[in-house]
Amino acid sequence: MHKLLSDQRDKKMLLLGNEAIARGAIEAGLAIGATYPGTPSSEISAALFEISHQSDLYFEYSTNEKVALEVAAAAANCGLRSMAIMKHVGLNVAADALMTLAYVGVKGGMVILSADDPFMFSSQNEQDNRYYGKLSGLPVLEPSSVDEAKEMIKYAFELSEKLQEPVLFRTTTRINHSSGIVTLGDIAPVNSSGDFVKDPFSYVTVPAVSRNLHVKLLKHWDEAKSISENSPYNLIEGDGPCGIVCNGISYNYVSDAVKDLGCEEKVKILKIGFSNPMPESTVKNFLKGCEKVLVVEEGEPYMEETVKAFAQEEGSTIPIKGKSPSHFSRLYEYSPALVRKVIAEYLDLAYQPPAIPDMSDVPEIPQRPPNLCAGCSHRATFYIAKQAAAGMETIIPTDIGCYTLGLLPPMSMADFVICMGSSVTTSCGFSKATNKKVISFIGDSTFFHSGIPGLINAVFNNHNFTLFILDNGTTAMTGHQPNPGVDMTLLNQTGFGRVDIEDVVRAVGVKEVTVIQPFKLKKSIEAVKKAFEFKGVSVVISREMCTLYAKSLKLQKGKRYRVSDKCKNHRDCINQLGCPAFFLNEGRVQINPAQCTGCAVCVQVCPENAILPIKE
Amino acid sequence: MNTTRVILVAVGGQGNLLASSVLGEAALLSQIPVRMSEIHGMAQRGGVVESAMVFGDAKSPVISDGEADVLVGFEPSETLRALKKCNNQTVVITNLEPLPPFTVAIGKGVYPDLNELQNLIRAKTARLISIDAVRLAREAGNELAVNMVLLGALIQTEKLPVKAETVKEVIRTKTKQAFVESNIKAFELGFSAAQQKNK
Ligand code: SF4
Ligand code: SF4
Repeated sequence: MHKLLSDQRDKKMLLLGNEAIARGAIEAGLAIGATYPGTPSSEISAALFEISHQSDLYFEYSTNEKVALEVAAAAANCGLRSMAIMKHVGLNVAADALMTLAYVGVKGGMVILSADDPFMFSSQNEQDNRYYGKLSGLPVLEPSSVDEAKEMIKYAFELSEKLQEPVLFRTTTRINHSSGIVTLGDIAPVNSSGDFVKDPFSYVTVPAVSRNLHVKLLKHWDEAKSISENSPYNLIEGDGPCGIVCNGISYNYVSDAVKDLGCEEKVKILKIGFSNPMPESTVKNFLKGCEKVLVVEEGEPYMEETVKAFAQEEGSTIPIKGKSPSHFSRLYEYSPALVRKVIAEYLDLAYQPPAIPDMSDVPEIPQRPPNLCAGCSHRATFYIAKQAAAGMETIIPTDIGCYTLGLLPPMSMADFVICMGSSVTTSCGFSKATNKKVISFIGDSTFFHSGIPGLINAVFNNHNFTLFILDNGTTAMTGHQPNPGVDMTLLNQTGFGRVDIEDVVRAVGVKEVTVIQPFKLKKSIEAVKKAFEFKGVSVVISREMCTLYAKSLKLQKGKRYRVSDKCKNHRDCINQLGCPAFFLNEGRVQINPAQCTGCAVCVQVCPENAILPIKE
Repeated sequence: MNTTRVILVAVGGQGNLLASSVLGEAALLSQIPVRMSEIHGMAQRGGVVESAMVFGDAKSPVISDGEADVLVGFEPSETLRALKKCNNQTVVITNLEPLPPFTVAIGKGVYPDLNELQNLIRAKTARLISIDAVRLAREAGNELAVNMVLLGALIQTEKLPVKAETVKEVIRTKTKQAFVESNIKAFELGFSAAQQKNK
């Protein structure tokens, strides 16, 4: 049995934030969940997917976040408790659905989880998704700790049912990837048999209907306001003259700083966990007792703007500070020391900064950037594309996945990426705007996620570029989740369909389609050269399983390679391929047999045929 | 209760997340409040994995630069890189076996000299305990038990209010059955190695 299904009430467990969220959903009796994987949210879905095989929960990996949100929205409108889980940028993909779902509302509780990533540990931007609450008119909840996250998920479902609206549950990486001690509660039974009651004049959003629905949404907004006013997640601590308003992870930094500085008497803290709508009267009353106010929130000045607006309505002129060069930045994460420093300055307290060691005499430590795995098929495909494009002036739009690492030397095979699917669509633009050869890369999961409309556009508008679809049979970067092209029988799962990428590409009308096996270099380079010559849109499908995934499925082949004394030290293997299994020992190239996966790509690159199999 | 802050740094695949979860479970058993956070930027692809563990009453699961009481480094150059987390009161434990990053292999960096590295750490912190953890792990019968060796050394320092017996109990119940014996052995070897350094 999955550990998150434990029925031992009051048991204390050490859980990852994402596990606590999954447990909260289980305790709430979640019936239908859907997701597209994305760090830092992925472990929630991994847990729920596994649990779904052992309980009445239905959980799916959807093709993208918009699909996931709509699957969950329909279930919620049949009266079931549902959840859609995604990373922050995923909500951009789902935003179209979100905005009008807010008009339609829900019957059963629906929670939309958005995992934001301040500092961009693993994301392309650090947008602050609390603004989606304002944009859509939906309530936003933000937990401050792992244990609070579990309780708050249950509250979110209840809130959603009370308001008949989906609720946005916004976390940040430091909640998702923190661990803490959680006390288990009861697991509510799952109600998985929904019913849809036809009511087209509430559900079919033609203009005449939507004009009424918007009125309804604003009514719900007013109700949300009064619930926020009394929410246990908006609370005041202390009654000093200096106000501090904070949320999420920052609340912990504030709390620790106040204790460390011994300034409990001086401050009054307003912790906001229900952040949209902000509790107006609570904030206004809070302001009344304050000489000045400091707002501590990572990301945008979301609460700061609102607090200032409330103060203006009250005719209050007390100073309210938050984002400014002398206080807090809109950039990146905060830290306990930073928050302590700003609070000390704000309150004019003596403050001893941590004694960070002087690092000036420490020699430069070699960087350790992430790298494509030893034996990764992407490295072979990049090599092939590079050889086939020798002498051409190229532009290389890429996409989001492990292969974005192709950016690094020695491959240097990435020139442009903004979001999921943008490889294909920007290729359309680049090929119209310039005369250079446009070569782009997209992974299998990303192709299904949002690559297909771009490819159809390319066929219809007759664009001129070559798209590589890197089909490695899994969603590798986020931890090997399924996608519609994955063979689920390898995972001992039955009852799934399977979509063939080549069929899709041909079906949308691409005339020049080549399938290569990237570990066969010579043959592949010839085939790719032909694809490059084609005028119009050509697609190369590079098919080879992700080696890390193969290893986890125990499908890796046994052979390993070594560098024999035929090696003349050209180092083509290092300079052109750069497999991390290579290392230099007294100036000579060697292969670490513990890392080598036996792909034999280096064997084909070596001009001296010096790389030979190890005889077992 | 006093707050104790421990940073564990490693290269992806060295098992520091298992080490921190064993330690966290041991704290739970000992009824010591614990919060942890982890940063694993593409760990499986050779990046650095950092876990922060805060024992005691503090609420923040994050450790700022200069504020670690103990630094446990699974790889010497990563220990050196994480030195900014320390201050002159910090106890540092490091494995001595290098895993040179690929940048070194392709000539884009020089791996620091191990003696110089240790002298630098010694000069800037209260104490350095260097351990040949790979050798001890091998001796315990499992090369991958470097994490358990270092855990043993950490517990020996008595910087944490967690008893060796409690950690062993967690190793017995929470690590893979096939490895329990070698894990316990590795833990004990790390413990006594740190004890030797004390003499
Ligand atoms: S996880 Fe798979 S796709 Fe990603 S770098 Fe490793 S081998 Fe390549
Ligand atoms: S065969 Fe060569 S390229 Fe492939 S994993 Fe081994 S060392 Fe790397």
